[in-house]
Amino acid sequence: MSNPAPALETLSYAFPGTKPAGPFAPVLAGVVGSGNLEVLLEASAEPVCRFDVQTSARGFGSIWEAVLGDFQRRHDLAGVRVSIHDMGATPAVVGLRLSQAVAQLRTP
Amino acid sequence: MNWSELATALFGADHDIRADGSLLHGTATLARQSIAVVGTTDHASIGYALALRQAEVVLATMAHHPGRAVLLLIDTQGQQLRRHDELLGINRAMAHLGCCIDLARRRGHRVIGLVYDQALSGGFITSGLIADGCYALPQAEIRVMRLPAMARVTKLPEALLAELSQANPVFAPGVDNYVAMGGVRSLWRGDLAAALRQALADTPTDDTRAVDGAQRGGRRLAADVAQAVMDAA
Amino acid sequence: MNGMNAMKPALPSRISYAECSARERLARLLDADTFHEWLPPAQRLTSPHLAQLGVPGAFDDGVAIGCARLAGHEVFVAAQEGAFMGGGVGEVHGAKLVGLFRRALRDRPRAVLLLAESGGVRLHEANAGLIAVSEVMRALLDARAAGIAVIVLIGGANGCFGGMGIVARCADHIVMSDAGRLAMSGPEVIEASHGVEEFDARDRALVWRVTGGRHRYLVGDCDQLVEDDVAAFRDAAIVALDSHRPLTLPALQDEHALLQRRLHDAGDAIDAPVMWQRLGIAQDERAPDLAVHELRALERIGEPAR
Repeated sequence: MSNPAPALETLSYAFPGTKPAGPFAPVLAGVVGSGNLEVLLEASAEPVCRFDVQTSARGFGSIWEAVLGDFQRRHDLAGVRVSIHDMGATPAVVGLRLSQAVAQLRTP
Repeated sequence: MNWSELATALFGADHDIRADGSLLHGTATLARQSIAVVGTTDHASIGYALALRQAEVVLATMAHHPGRAVLLLIDTQGQQLRRHDELLGINRAMAHLGCCIDLARRRGHRVIGLVYDQALSGGFITSGLIADGCYALPQAEIRVMRLPAMARVTKLPEALLAELSQANPVFAPGVDNYVAMGGVRSLWRGDLAAALRQALADTPTDDTRAVDGAQRGGRRLAADVAQAVMDAA
Repeated sequence: MNGMNAMKPALPSRISYAECSARERLARLLDADTFHEWLPPAQRLTSPHLAQLGVPGAFDDGVAIGCARLAGHEVFVAAQEGAFMGGGVGEVHGAKLVGLFRRALRDRPRAVLLLAESGGVRLHEANAGLIAVSEVMRALLDARAAGIAVIVLIGGANGCFGGMGIVARCADHIVMSDAGRLAMSGPEVIEASHGVEEFDARDRALVWRVTGGRHRYLVGDCDQLVEDDVAAFRDAAIVALDSHRPLTLPALQDEHALLQRRLHDAGDAIDAPVMWQRLGIAQDERAPDLAVHELRALERIGEPAR
């Protein structure tokens, strides 16, 4: 193709965790707009926190790893699957959406 | 094929269709059945006024000829892109045309749409696409927006959109894509009068386009998603 | 507490409808904790067409649908997320709306509420989006013909344009805020086609005079004008529950006469105050500057036939 469309980048990480989230209804935070992202949290059977990221901003793998790793160091989640659709959010916005999502987990 | 050649191919001499500016209207006879004909020519830009003129024909048909079939002949470059039309409420005029056609259907008028040259979204969505069914001549083209404007709005490179318009069914303007997606029921080739007779007899009155699109492979998800809403707990 | 404070009514804190996401609007507008979502994000019904353009999908494809209660009445709802693809209608998004209207035919809620915020056909899905919008239109008219009120709320930053601007005018009732816009072609597209003299898309005041809620309310293209406040939209939606009117031949003939009169009376007007004057709207010279509650007290074009 002479004019290939920019492709999406997909990234996956799994970090071990020791605080099982237990069963919970899926939780959504954020919106897929420019400079923003949506974060979906679902219960899983694995002893890890898994992250699946789909992003239009290519080449930031090491930053994602750092931001998500940081998040997991703080929350130490297990049995959680985090799915992300990203349109170029900054690390601060990524952190914010993750926090908003986790906060919904904690609400009875 | 221009509208006059089309009219002759469909009806021979059995019609009084004429052009008033870019509005087409008249009555035709096919297999001893009277058919009201309304539409546009000259790649008409459909503004507030032209939408109303078409609606008037449909209203008159409902009022004076209950049950008479209606044939919509479509050749348009889309909605008129003028501040004046927006100010007046072109969306309301278009909706009015669409509601008139929709009411005619509900009152038992068969409504058939035929794209005989080109159609662009705004000029098409409340005419051909709200008929019982829409058909097209094989050389016709249906577009959502001209590429330069599309590039500007989507911020996708025009060259990329042009490339996609070559072969990608979602973007390519050829009517065979619309057939594959279920938006157009079929293309009329050869004996056009026979095709119209068939359409008047066969076109379903409920909206089968998503199911057609799934069966033909051009639009795989729409029918299932709509059904999933029906079935959701 | 001094006497002065005791005389002032406590102002409810206003929540901007325009600034809320689609889901925030649903949460605040409907009766608390009554929204039950169909095809929620976890079902991952995303667009099959966006990845090829390098655009990420959304788990709900930009629209949340479901059932809920409004002032205790059962309603079906859809809220379009303007931040995702400008609220544009793609294959899946459109099919969710079609399913919602079809289910309304079967389950017969009191009304279908459409929180519309959309540029119309999602251009990234071109042909699929165009057919989808048409299917939504037909399904909406089916619901109306079956006696179900269809109510559209317009107050998002992206307005309600394109094919959705037509769909909105197929409904029984439209509520708009001053911040909302309802039209067909976006000013940018008009400027791109016919130049900045035709329509300067960066002249925000002009854009809102021509397409905004105030103008639409004064000429009768929307039924209620409210503040940019979720509570105000909620109250207006409750009023709208009684708005259903069947589309009949006499109703369409009345509508036709109204639209013809408007065409004739407006003449060559290209700005709203001139049009208001020619249509005989009272106190036209003050209209652009009045507060919403003062505007509502004005005489405007008589009840439109719908």
